[in-house]
Amino acid sequence: MKKFSISSILSQLLLLFFVIIWIIPTFGLFISSLRDKDLLAISGWWTSLTTTEVNEIYRMSGMENQIEEDGYFKIKGKLFEENSGKKIESFGITSKKINEFNIGDVAVFKDESEVLLDENGNYEWRSKTEFKKKKGKRLFTTSLSPPAFTFENYREVLFKEGIGRAFINTLAVALPSTLIPLIICSFFAYSLTWMKFYGRDTLLAIIIASLVVPLQMSLIPILTIYNDFGALFGVAAKSYPGVWMAHTGFGLASTTFLLRNFLKSLPNEMMEAAKVDGASHYDIFLRIIIPLSIPAFASIFILQFLWCWNDLLVGLVFLDQVPSEIILTAKLKELLGSRGENWEILTTGAFVSMTVPLFIFFALQRYFIRGLVAGSVKG
Amino acid sequence: MTILNLIFIVFLGILFFIAYFHISNYILDIYGNKTLKRYNFENSIRVIVFITPAFIVLFIFILYPVFETIRLSFYDKFGREFVGLYNYKWAINDPEFRRSILNNLVWLLVVPTLSTFFGLVIANLADRIWWGSIAKSIIFMPMAISFVGAGVIWKFIYEYRGPENTQIGLLNAIIVSLGYEPQAWLTIPMWNNFFLMAIMIWIQTGLALVIFSAALRSIPKEMLEAARIDGASELKIFFSIIIPYLEQTILVIWTLITIIVLRIFDIIFAMTNGEWQTGVLANLMYDWMFRGGGDSGRGSVLAIVIMIGVIPILAWNLYKHRQEQKI
Repeated sequence: MKKFSISSILSQLLLLFFVIIWIIPTFGLFISSLRDKDLLAISGWWTSLTTTEVNEIYRMSGMENQIEEDGYFKIKGKLFEENSGKKIESFGITSKKINEFNIGDVAVFKDESEVLLDENGNYEWRSKTEFKKKKGKRLFTTSLSPPAFTFENYREVLFKEGIGRAFINTLAVALPSTLIPLIICSFFAYSLTWMKFYGRDTLLAIIIASLVVPLQMSLIPILTIYNDFGALFGVAAKSYPGVWMAHTGFGLASTTFLLRNFLKSLPNEMMEAAKVDGASHYDIFLRIIIPLSIPAFASIFILQFLWCWNDLLVGLVFLDQVPSEIILTAKLKELLGSRGENWEILTTGAFVSMTVPLFIFFALQRYFIRGLVAGSVKG
Repeated sequence: MTILNLIFIVFLGILFFIAYFHISNYILDIYGNKTLKRYNFENSIRVIVFITPAFIVLFIFILYPVFETIRLSFYDKFGREFVGLYNYKWAINDPEFRRSILNNLVWLLVVPTLSTFFGLVIANLADRIWWGSIAKSIIFMPMAISFVGAGVIWKFIYEYRGPENTQIGLLNAIIVSLGYEPQAWLTIPMWNNFFLMAIMIWIQTGLALVIFSAALRSIPKEMLEAARIDGASELKIFFSIIIPYLEQTILVIWTLITIIVLRIFDIIFAMTNGEWQTGVLANLMYDWMFRGGGDSGRGSVLAIVIMIGVIPILAWNLYKHRQEQKI
């Protein structure tokens, strides 16, 4: 065994390298979604566990807050909340020299007013003459900020940015879009496997051909049908039932194909015995096929559910992009455009959209893999 | 639509299909045996009950659209007037179309190949190491994430800030710490395609990995043992035994990822929206579905070009299916 030890260490290192490359992007997103949004905007997520040096600009209050004390006109205030944990190291009064003064120094402005600052951000701005400007002067601070993690981003994204509603919408799209094909395809696959009828082989060949037909082939004609349908009956053409049926259509071939492959593997004698006992096809289906197919159903359910949950194109084309209908992926794409610089919203939104797939992934990985290995091909 | 309404119609929608099958079969069970004496006749009615919903859906959403799209590609933008090959001629002369075809070809060349390669290498490594299954889980995880979610993840990695700012994107932070200028990665023509492909490889390697892992288990242990006893190195075993043994699997995975890549849309739509010369056919098609009120002729031509890409795979699948039927 000694002979293999070097190659074994090498392969461990190589695998570790792959694992690190693969996990880092998701990990960075997750950490970022938990960070304070001000820190997120100015420092990389990999610095989140260390104290960060932060340069900031604050403006002091204006004339309405001044008081007269000891022969000075004074304005007192706080630059930031005490509990933020920030400690100011140095500050400046012009943008050219932001580190000019240390804590304890007295900074003198051009108009001869003076400012004193402590490390917690409390300032005292004083002048012999009365303050006459509505806006206070700017202070440039360099402070040390401790690691700060918060769920604030999640609260904001779920309730203010409409991601919460989009989450519910996506669920309302994905659940029926998974169950309806499962219901109709299980009967379809059953008849393709266990019933004899004219044209069965042709139908099977059509299913196999449909497996790889890209859904782009269907978009334009179906959109036309939906619009005509809407005009004819005076209802909104794009809505939930339309999307369910579209997903059903696009998932039909793969669902049928996988189910048929599974049903084919069941022993023929069982069906024959049931038939001899006088069971109808529906009895056989309910009492024998369904209980036996639970693992296969689970695999297919997961595949189709993840497909619908993660889909963007179908939701984009067949749903209106309004708050009551927009799905998560479309909402995320919209945020990428409108809030492209607000990384706290994007990272948190993306993570919210990933919660359900990740839960399914970790809880039901076995079925997921089984479904994929069973030869999932999808147009 | 309120949330309660939504829950209501979701239940209604699912219930409708369950009710259809249950009620129609119930009726057949009660009256079938009495009135339709011949078992065969009852049987054929039941076949109709079983396959009708699926067939209608198949017809409306796949069969009819395929022919309709082919028809529309010869018609004008409203689908009313026959224009012959006009749309096809437009496509050939359109610089955007040529760019998209080129990009699609590069995607098809790079992504399936690298994903399959990485999948195979990682499956092999993980197979022999005690923490291999954890590693496989981690590398497989991106498969569960949406393309848009993956887009956000990677856009964060590629994030660009001016040279005077702190870089919050990982890639630029690394580049800067090595002493180079930060780059706006997604806007550098041609190279940006590879940054987008990296996302797809990141996702699809997991697919290749799990299928290879399953296939590796089918290689007889004795064969590997024998090779080791004869003094073959691990690399030699990999190239001389494992790769030839998995040839079929490699082909299957490669075609699978090819099909997925051929209709790639979400990643590009979310990341660059086809700007900076990153457009592919599916994006161009989506664009023409709505640009200028929508042009069904041009959109259809683009869909057909994507379809042409899968026809060899389609033919091969049908051929294989026939071989299986014969046995």
